[in-house]
Amino acid sequence: MSVTRRLLLAACVAIVLAPTAHADDALDLRLRHLESGLRCLVCQNQTLAESDADLAADLRREVRELALAGRSDDEIRHYLVARYGDFVLYDPPLKPVTWLLWFGPFALLAVGAAAWVAVGRNRRRSRPDGAAEFEAEARRLLRAGATAPAEAGSGDAARKPLDA
Amino acid sequence: MTLKPLRWLIPVVVFAVIAGFLYAGLFRDPREVPSPLVGKQAPAFSLAELHAPDRHLSPADMRGQVWLLNVWASWCVSCREEHPLLVALAKTELVPIIGLDYKDKPGDGRAWLTDNGNPYAKSVMDTDGRAGIDWGVYGVPETFVVDRAGVIRYKQIGPLTEQALKQTILPLVRRLQAS
Repeated sequence: MSVTRRLLLAACVAIVLAPTAHADDALDLRLRHLESGLRCLVCQNQTLAESDADLAADLRREVRELALAGRSDDEIRHYLVARYGDFVLYDPPLKPVTWLLWFGPFALLAVGAAAWVAVGRNRRRSRPDGAAEFEAEARRLLRAGATAPAEAGSGDAARKPLDA
Repeated sequence: MTLKPLRWLIPVVVFAVIAGFLYAGLFRDPREVPSPLVGKQAPAFSLAELHAPDRHLSPADMRGQVWLLNVWASWCVSCREEHPLLVALAKTELVPIIGLDYKDKPGDGRAWLTDNGNPYAKSVMDTDGRAGIDWGVYGVPETFVVDRAGVIRYKQIGPLTEQALKQTILPLVRRLQAS
């Protein structure tokens, strides 16, 4: 085939396909979005969208056909869950068996916060023996220091020989 | 605080709980995803038989008897591993085994059975893998136990082992046959 013929053929193909291209793009986008939320059962840390596994390709074909048949995203998800279980969903559904999964971290956070508050309160309440006397003494000394600037001055004078 | 003497127990208990979970996790196979189909009616299919493509078999034809569905393929490496067990099981005639030749070329499947022995009462061809998807198959080989009413009672993911057969599958089959 000559180059011009090939170009002509390509142009024909492009013209024929052009009207459907837009709808296909929208479907592709929708499917890619849907498939990125679904797990590939064979390579479990990959989504259906990115997996090269044979089964993933078959499931993508199945998902596409269901979408073309007019099924909603939820119906398609349900189709897969009915066969493979909740494990295919990257977002586990909220139900009694997954409560621990969903609320566990918040429960741990609450326990941690409660412990933190309790320890803080405890520490404030239980003070070492003699703390009150020590504090009173410290206050007295501070007050005394504030009203006796001469003492501070003499301290400076005493240090001078060392500086020189 | 009154609990003070026992306070050292808190980290010990937390450690024990975490260690317990992690230890249990060592013996769980993440590839074994529990099937939602166990306890449900076996999904229907009507597929051509491997050795008689003009005849079709469907799970409804097996009504009234306990049977096994074994998903296999000539390209499947670990199927070789379990195959002698299936051949031995077929010889005992305890339970009929139906083979689902998953995504295989019919010629390859037939040749493989000729070479390795054919434990199957019948094998059907799931060339495009659709029946496999309906049965939630994701790792060949897989084996299902189906009861008289056509309800899936058990699913073995991966090759059968002597232990699985003796301790789980055969006792279950006997129990289902007795009921």
